[in-house]
Amino acid sequence: MPISAQALLTRRTPAAATVFAALGDPTRLALVTKLCDGSRQSIAQLTDGLSLTRQAISKHLGVLEDARMVSSQRTGRESLYVLNPVPIGEIRSYIDLVSSQWDNALTRLKGFVEE
Amino acid sequence: MSDRIEKQIELNATVSRVWRALTDHREFGEWFRVKLDAPFQPGLEAHGHITYPGYENVIWRAVVQKMESERLFSFSWHPYGIDPDVDYSTETPTLVEFRLEPRGERTLLILTESGFDKIPAARRTEAFRMNDGGWTTQTENIRQHVEASHAD
Repeated sequence: MPISAQALLTRRTPAAATVFAALGDPTRLALVTKLCDGSRQSIAQLTDGLSLTRQAISKHLGVLEDARMVSSQRTGRESLYVLNPVPIGEIRSYIDLVSSQWDNALTRLKGFVEE
Repeated sequence: MSDRIEKQIELNATVSRVWRALTDHREFGEWFRVKLDAPFQPGLEAHGHITYPGYENVIWRAVVQKMESERLFSFSWHPYGIDPDVDYSTETPTLVEFRLEPRGERTLLILTESGFDKIPAARRTEAFRMNDGGWTTQTENIRQHVEASHAD
């Protein structure tokens, strides 16, 4: 069944909110930064240089996975994590949407006070 | 730039006139398209039905933050939270600020919306630099749009 444009627009807001929440933490930002070169990295590699335990990093990666910011693939005994660039594009779309609504509101305000 | 929205518009009206249009709840409702029940008051939530056709059942909510006469009006809200099926209360609100500066008999209005959940920190990462080109273009579009409105 095709999804209507309206439904897509409606869904964009909560999706963007999840991404904002996922990025609202310095450790998760650091993890995203490490992965933004497109590399696949294990939890051990991602923990390197961060003053947190493997368990804590694993938890943060879980939040990023829930927000679809990263995805993981199991190879042998370990999981490799890779960045998904789509949600960052959704942030842009979301702010663009809010921005265009302000353009409309300010145009109405201008008409209102200049009457 | 991408952590916040900033817009400037020069209005052919005095600061007093613009201040009233922003902070009188009835006047605000006229151009913002919401029917507010009570005057704005710092610290209190303002709410009312949206009057935009098709969205009349939606309740608009904002918490007034600052009202510094003829200078600054601000509120926090969940931007365009118009989907009745979404619980916006779990999201971090953004802060909307209207700053007024007299320009003779005209008024420069500076609108900012900030706090898109700590995006400023995110901006410092490479991940966000990838998108920088797009944002610069978008900012330029806004500038041209606003300047085109001035010329009217």
